[in-house]
Formats: sequence, C-alpha cells, structure tokens
Amino acid sequence: MYDFAYHRPGSLEEAERLLSGASDGALVAGGMTLIPALKQRLASPSDVIDLGGIAGLSGISEAGSTIVVGALTPHAAVASDAVVTARFPALAALAAEIGDPQVRNRGTLGGSIANNDPAADYPAAVLGLGATVRTNRREIAADDFFTGMFETALEDGEIVTAVSFPVPEKAGYAKFPNPASRYAVVGVLVSRGPAGTRVAVTGAGPCVFRSAEMEQALAGDFTAAALDAVTVAAEGLNSDIHASADYRAHLVGVMAKRAVAACG
Amino acid sequence: MLAVSMTVNGRKVSREVEGRTLLVEFLREHLGLTGTHVGCDTSQCGACVVHVDGASAKACTLLAAQAEGTEVTTIEGLAKNGELHPVQAAFKEHHGLQCGFCTPGMVMSAVDLLKRNPDPSETEVREWLEGNLCRCTGYHNIVKAIRAAARAMAG
Repeated sequence: MYDFAYHRPGSLEEAERLLSGASDGALVAGGMTLIPALKQRLASPSDVIDLGGIAGLSGISEAGSTIVVGALTPHAAVASDAVVTARFPALAALAAEIGDPQVRNRGTLGGSIANNDPAADYPAAVLGLGATVRTNRREIAADDFFTGMFETALEDGEIVTAVSFPVPEKAGYAKFPNPASRYAVVGVLVSRGPAGTRVAVTGAGPCVFRSAEMEQALAGDFTAAALDAVTVAAEGLNSDIHASADYRAHLVGVMAKRAVAACG
Repeated sequence: MLAVSMTVNGRKVSREVEGRTLLVEFLREHLGLTGTHVGCDTSQCGACVVHVDGASAKACTLLAAQAEGTEVTTIEGLAKNGELHPVQAAFKEHHGLQCGFCTPGMVMSAVDLLKRNPDPSETEVREWLEGNLCRCTGYHNIVKAIRAAARAMAG
C-alpha cells in the first residue's frame, strides 16, 4: 500500500472541501473495499477522507411509509434493526448475508452503493425497491443512480448521506453466493409496492439491472410460476471462472423464483 | 505522520503513525501486542479479529487512524487477573486448536457471538465462523468449545 494523507473531517462541507482540494482523493466509509484495493495497489489515492467522524450519517429511522438508512450504517445494524426486521424483512435478510460478521460490522450501505461493485448486494435492494439516494446536494432516484460497472451518477464532490426505501407490500431477495467470499454470483430482489412491481438483478451483469420481462410477468401474477415463461438471455452477462454467462442467465431465473417464494 | 490515540485493553495509547498504517500493524508493531495475527491479509481468514467498540472487526482491513478514539480489545485483553476468559478456557479444555495460528481470531470472534447470542445452536456457531478460517481442526472442536463456553457463561 502506498502512503496517503489521511483526513477525518467533522462535517460534510469539510469532507467536500478536502475532496475537491485533493489531487486524487478517495472517500472511505467502512473501507471493506477500499482498503483491500489500496493493499493491492489497485487504488493509490493522494488523500483518503474518512467519513467516520461525521455525526448523523449512521442510523435507521422510520418516516411514515419509508425507512431511511444513513449512509454509514453498517450491514449488521440493518440486519438486526427492530424496525427493518419487522416492516422490511427482505432488507434485513439481504444485509445479513453480506460477507461475514466482521465485514458486516464495518461495511456500510453508502460505501456499497457508491462503489457499485457488479457483485454487491445492496444495489439490488436500492434498485429493486425503487429507493431514493440522498446526497449532500440532491436526491437521486435508484433508476438513475447506477450507471455502469463501478460507475454511479455521483458527481465530483458528491457524497451519499442516506437511502430512503419505500416500504414494499412484498419483497424478497435470493442470491447464489460465491462459496468462498459470499458475494453474489447472481442475486435477485423482487418487490411489489409503492414503486410498482420491480425485479433487480445483481452479480449477473456489469451493473445491477431491472428485468422488464420478469416485471411484466409478475405484475399480472406475483407467483414463482408466473416466471416459468420468461427466459433470460445470456448475452451481455458476466462470464468468469466462477460462472459462465449461460449459467448466470439460468441462475437469474432460479434466484428470481426463490425471491418470489421468499416473499411468503 | 499523524497522531492516533485509542484505548487498547483498557490502556490509553497514543502513537505517531503513517496514514496507511493498519490497525493490526499498530497493535503488533507499535504496541508489541503480537497475539493478533496476520494470516491472509485480505480480510478473508479472520486471524486478525479484534473488537472495536465491542464489535468484532478484521484488524488487517482497518486503518489505525479509523480506530481513533475507540476502545479496542485484543486477545491479550480477555483474561482477567490471570484467569482465562471462559471462551479461552473452553478452547483449552475441548482442544479447539491444533497449530493455534487462527485461535486468537477464533476466540475474539466467538466472544462477540456470545455477546449477541448467549446460546447459539451448532448451525449458528458455524455460520458465525464464516469469516474465520482454520486449516487444522475441521472446526469440530472449535464449535464444541464455543458451545461449552456458552454453557459455562450462562452459569
């Protein structure tokens, strides 16, 4: 790991200032991705700006028909939160399956979605539930947020502060985890609620995406059987030593059905 | 260089470190607490697990600076007045180790589990140990030790 200047700002304004003043600044929340990337020298920022010292970025609150999760809330807190487990068990279950207990104690929602790893779980939740990403500047609809592999709509100096999830009538998540690392080889989140009927797929492609065919099938009949008629094309899906594109396409169908079944 | 201060095993410590100094390096090289091991150095194996403000964390994937102002507990901080922590005692009693390299991380991870779930099932113990790898034991005696510790701690 190359050395860098470490900063621990006390406010978002200060963080933004430090970021714009750095020749190559990187934000760190839990660090579960950035620190391994620094060690491998995949990233070598001049400045690392730690958001951990900024008050008010962590925590979960209920506001009518939405649940707002602060960007620095660790996965373990989402998985065990009383409100989330009662009103939104699919989100708690998703958070409970990320990585391992120590990763869940440190890794954060904001870090996960800002990084937008193709195999991360949280992008499926944000997109599959039609959530709204809040930043220090604006609100971004989930449909506009994830723009490509490791790419988001975040501009220079923009920092995720929270995600607002509309509480769905039904939601379920199923993933086929990599046996060693537990990331999603394929993960599918299905939901029905204020944001309509949505199916979001992570792990399969270069970036989380919605399946219009599956959404149409489920809009009429929200059952696993309704997905029997949908075939998923392998074209454009990821292919690596863990799973071919054809296999991932097959898994999308299987995980979608399991996700519908998990809605109960 | 920057000044980093935290409480380690109840003792306030302060050192000048580089920004890139990992918590595990801070513990081992700056404080001489070599009970926390570095196994894979890629946040997979869990040999480096310590507690940061009561929650288990992999010290190889945390900057020392990120732990500023926190309370850190390492394997050296578990025994009280020369008496092993019940989890340590159970690992000894049930032979929950062979080479011992993964043991500090296993014990720290198990202590966090028992704080959250005082009576875990065998499945819950095995699931919790997802992030702790042992290449000797096959885990059987580790699981046995943790469940025995749970019973001992319940009194």
